[in-house]
Order: sequence, then structure tokens, then C-alpha cells
Amino acid sequence: MKCNRILATALVSLVLPLAGTGAYAAQPAGTFDQVLPAKNRIDFVFKQMNVPVKGYFKKANVDLAFDPAAPAKSTVRLDLDLGSIDAGSSDANSEVVGKPWFDVKAFPTATFVSSSVKPLGGDRYEMTGKLTIKGKTRDVTTPVTVTQNGNTAAFDGAFTLKRLEFAIGDGTWSDTSIVADEIKVSFHVEAERRAAK
Amino acid sequence: MNAPDQYSKPAVVVHWMIAILVLVALPLGYYMTDLSLSPRKLQLISWHKWIGFTVLLLFIPRLFLRLTKPVPAPVGTMPGWQRAVASITHAVLYALIIAVPLSGWLMSSAKGFPVVYLGLVPLPDLVGKDEALGNVLKSAHEVLTSGLLILVGLHIAAALKHHIIDRDETLARMVPLLKR
Repeated sequence: MKCNRILATALVSLVLPLAGTGAYAAQPAGTFDQVLPAKNRIDFVFKQMNVPVKGYFKKANVDLAFDPAAPAKSTVRLDLDLGSIDAGSSDANSEVVGKPWFDVKAFPTATFVSSSVKPLGGDRYEMTGKLTIKGKTRDVTTPVTVTQNGNTAAFDGAFTLKRLEFAIGDGTWSDTSIVADEIKVSFHVEAERRAAK
Repeated sequence: MNAPDQYSKPAVVVHWMIAILVLVALPLGYYMTDLSLSPRKLQLISWHKWIGFTVLLLFIPRLFLRLTKPVPAPVGTMPGWQRAVASITHAVLYALIIAVPLSGWLMSSAKGFPVVYLGLVPLPDLVGKDEALGNVLKSAHEVLTSGLLILVGLHIAAALKHHIIDRDETLARMVPLLKR
């Protein structure tokens, strides 16, 4: 008899936490909105004389809210510190902050504010929003893939923008046979959701 | 194989093609390096790289011809020490004609700028992006280029000396038009 009770206690103590996990897994409620700033990556590739050159921004502030249960209600805001650019070489870095390019003194930050998020099925979404660089605002649309891993979600996507629509590299630099108009931008952002109470 | 009294026609053609390209790439390289960043500079750098890669390509037939076709013997009146200096100069010139463009390509890869030949054909990166390595390779490219500049000068001076002072057939073997 005593053995039975011990066995029962052991079983219950084994099963209880599992039950707890089960309840938790069935209700993964919670919005991913705790961005992990250290994981932010904003990369780009531009072509000069058809040569692909990679660059990235060292500082980007992202606020986002993504609820897997209501993805269409997701919101994203990006504030990009344009002065933190690495455009592939020290020559380029001192050049692109200048007036013909980003004119960082007058326009230190680029912003993106989402206006809609459409589920495309599975973990794929299409996000549209307003991108403002150098005082010019354009609509951009980008696919986003969301990879959930427990309480962390990674958001990845890439889109192409035309630099001249934002007057990035005007004057003599507007010659697209030297520096192409299309810039491929890719991003990676990770966010956690607050632990369920 | 009997030594001919003149270089074969293909050898002459490929010699002069490489000569012209090297004589364009050298001043172009020095000039563009001092320019501040501009569309013009990017264009010149690309052209410089395309010329360098063309030299590498032309070196293949060049070496093949050198190894398969008989080359004319030095003119009989040449003292032994001059023959020795000439063959050393030629060997080092060959080595630098490979080493200079190759170091440029390596440097470009290390600095994170792939080479796209003629703006059409992406060449593989020889090394990954590495700023410190890029600076080392830049110095290597510059030192090797100085060496090439000196040897090209020596080579031209020797050819002219043979033609103008010694009045022998040395230069005419590479410039059939000069045949006396």
C-alpha cells in the first residue's frame, strides 16, 4: 500500500509539470513585442559598375508587435541611424554620409512605419509601410518570414528600393551606370514575448 | 630545334598586347589611387581591374608560346654578363606580370570588392573580406608594382640601347618592322 502511494505521488509529480506545459503549449498567448536590439541586422547590397558591394547599418531601433493569433494587427516601426552605416569601405563610409547621399546632418534618421500586414500562408507575411529617407516618403512592400522558437520569434525579409526615389546619391552620383539605382535591403529582427503569467 | 632569328608572330603579338595593357594599367593605377571618391574613380578602378585580368588571361598563351616555340638566341656580340642579366630580367618580368594583377585581385577580394570582368563576368573572390589582410595585400600590390615599373624601365632601356647604341638586331626580333 505504501508503495502504491509513493508510486502515485511520483507519477503525479512527473505528470503535473507536463500538464502545465501542455496547457501552456495549447495557449501560446502573447504578443512578440520585446525586441532584442543586439540581434537587429539591416543589410544592403548595392552594385557599382555591376560589382555587388555589401554594407549594413550598425544601429537600428525597432519596435514591433506581432501576435501570431492576429497577425494582421501587427505593427512595426524602424528608426535607422543613418550615420551608423558601413558601406563597405572607409572611403565609402565618409562619402555616403555627405550631402549628395544621405545628408546625415540634415536627415540623421530613416524611418519605416508599417501600415498593413497580410498573411500569405504558413509563416510568410507581406508587410507594407511608409519608408522615409532624406525627407522623402515612399510606400514599400516586403515579404517577411517569421520563425518562432518558443518565446522568441525571428523576422526576416528582403526588398529592393530605388535609391534615386529618395535622392540618395544625387548630382554626379545619379549616373546609374556607375552606382545602380536598385539597392537590395534585407533585415533580421528578433523579438521575445513576455513570459505567460 | 634551331634557334630562329626572330620571335614567332603569335609571340610578338601577345608580347605587345601585354606591353600596351601594362603601360596603360600602370599610370592608370597611380592616377586613380590619388583621386577622391567619385563616379570617375569607380569607373577607372573597374577599368584598371579589367586590364589586369586581361593581362592574366593573355599570360596563358604567352607562357605556352614561350615553352613550346623556340626563342631566338641572344645576338652573338652580347657579353655573357648581359645575357645573364637579360634572362634574369625576363624571368622576373614574367613573375611580376603574374604577381601584380594577382595581388590586385587578392586585395580587391580582401577589401570586399569582387571583380566583375568587363562588368559582365563575376570572378570568384580569392579570399574573404578581411580589412587587415586587405591592407597587407594593398602594400604587396604597391611594392610588386614598383618592382614591375623598375623592370619594365630596365627592359625598355636595354631594348633601346641595343637598337640605338649597339645597333644590333635585338629589338628587331620583337619589332619585325625594324628589321634592317
